[in-house]
Amino acid sequence: METLVATPEVRTEHAPITAPKMSMRNLDFYYGKFHALKNVNLDVAERRVTAFIGPSGCGKSTLLRTLNRMYSLYPGQRATGQILFNGENLLDATVDLNMLRAKVGMVFQKPTPFPMSIYENIAFGIRLYENLSEREMDERVETALAKAAILDEVKDKLKQSGMALSGGQQQRLCIARAIAVQPDVLLLDEPTSALDPISTAKIEELLSDLKRDYTIAMVTHNMQQAARVSDFTAYMYLGDLIEFGETDQIFLRPMRKETEDYITGRFG
Amino acid sequence: MNAPIMQATAQAIPGIIAPVPRQGKASTARMPDPKQKNIKLQDLLFRSVTRTFAFLVLAVLLAIIGSLVYGSLPAMRKFGFGFLTSAEWNPVTEQFGALVPIVGTIATSAIALLIGIPISFGIALFLTELSPSWLKRPLGTAIELLAAIPSIIYGMWGLFVLAPLFADYVQPWLIHTVGAAPVIGALFKGPPQGIGVLTAGFVLAIMVIPFIASVMRDVFDVVPPVLKESAYGLGCTTWEVVWNIVLPHTKVGVIGGIMLGLGRALGETMAVTFLIGNAHQLTTSILAPGNSIASALANEFTEAVGDFYTSALIELGLILFVITFIVLALAKLLLLQLAKGEGRRT
Repeated sequence: METLVATPEVRTEHAPITAPKMSMRNLDFYYGKFHALKNVNLDVAERRVTAFIGPSGCGKSTLLRTLNRMYSLYPGQRATGQILFNGENLLDATVDLNMLRAKVGMVFQKPTPFPMSIYENIAFGIRLYENLSEREMDERVETALAKAAILDEVKDKLKQSGMALSGGQQQRLCIARAIAVQPDVLLLDEPTSALDPISTAKIEELLSDLKRDYTIAMVTHNMQQAARVSDFTAYMYLGDLIEFGETDQIFLRPMRKETEDYITGRFG
Repeated sequence: MNAPIMQATAQAIPGIIAPVPRQGKASTARMPDPKQKNIKLQDLLFRSVTRTFAFLVLAVLLAIIGSLVYGSLPAMRKFGFGFLTSAEWNPVTEQFGALVPIVGTIATSAIALLIGIPISFGIALFLTELSPSWLKRPLGTAIELLAAIPSIIYGMWGLFVLAPLFADYVQPWLIHTVGAAPVIGALFKGPPQGIGVLTAGFVLAIMVIPFIASVMRDVFDVVPPVLKESAYGLGCTTWEVVWNIVLPHTKVGVIGGIMLGLGRALGETMAVTFLIGNAHQLTTSILAPGNSIASALANEFTEAVGDFYTSALIELGLILFVITFIVLALAKLLLLQLAKGEGRRT
């Protein structure tokens, strides 16, 4: 079991990882009485993409939702253990959830543009934290849109409703919205599952750019996607973390039989 | 509630329905199947019956307007547009003007909404976002039960319990505090009599709260959780989520709920009659007794002798109709304006 929980090794072709951005220690999660995550120990490496894979109901989305305490919105859901982030256990009752979520942004399965203009969709989040002049705000909005690779498509229609965009554009707008508040970590919950292949390709390409600035943790149902975009992969099954390691190693030389069965499609 | 999807379905429905009769016709032409013919007949019957029902509503509406206009013709001829601006109401000399009841109707409804909307919003917000789940059902039921209380009971309660309390505590306090202020002080002048425009408006507020609050709760409940989560995910507080995301997302429903409440407030008769004082006098003070259209109608129809008296009352009814219509039109305009602020969708 020791190897499963070890911090991933540093890959030589990348810059060395200074420290894990987030570290889960003995993490358990409960929906009421249901034990959804069982003693998970995992490190999310800084400025890398970490993918959570596994069959439906294995707890990968649950795991993601502990990282920004989204579950706290719902009574009856609770987590025990530790998640260290910037030297703090973010599961502590004293953690300021609004500040945590400003540092740990999230993008959901379905695009969720707010009922306002494209410009306002981005500016809204920034205004929660900063009081900028009109010019500074314009710049920030533009930067965020550019980083999410959507600026060229929307720069002439910033005053239009965000709902008017295509699904893929809406999803990139949501990514732009998340990075506009300058988080450290981005959580992506199956960000491309509602999108067509071309939009999916654009978002995957975007992720490899974004990881220069952000630590990314993503849930995906698509194993090829995990293999293409992630640096580290965690395979989960029924609330257990089965295997965790560098993506190449997980996909080419899985150490556990269960992992091999899943990634080769011989699951069950 | 995904708006683009809803629009898409709305467009798709006529497309789905339209080809059906064509296909039916084509197949009967090819093979005259008696069963098929039967279906066609049923379809036709069904369509005409439902269409009759729909048009019945329109017919009733037009008939009511027609009879109101007809009944108020004598008064219209005698008083003209002066009816709207005159505060005189003298059955002896048969001089009638609608200004006092119009002002009273609008003032009581405005007070009701002014008090009722924020409280309803708070109730709906608490029930959907903040309340522990075991409390949601009993509280929601209690609010719905509030709507089931007959208005005569509100009137009695208002007259025997609320009005004395207002006369002893609320109104003296208002007169001494805001009443001393410049400009708005004029609204709070005069002796504390208990009954009056303010008390009627307050009871109306209690009566419209269940309508507005339950509609608001229902529309807040259908906001997709993931939309709220994405706002929480940016670090919004509950208030910021509700104010910036939930409310704009549900604006059509919220305004619909407010209109429902306003409709009740404008037309409420019994409770207002008990509390407004039924005095045909025009004052700036909302503490003073006044009159509302519905209340004047209920009180005076039985004693209306003389053609002009009856006709003037019917014209009051017509005015109430027109006020309701204007309010609905304004609500539509407001929605259009809000949609514009959100940005074009094409």
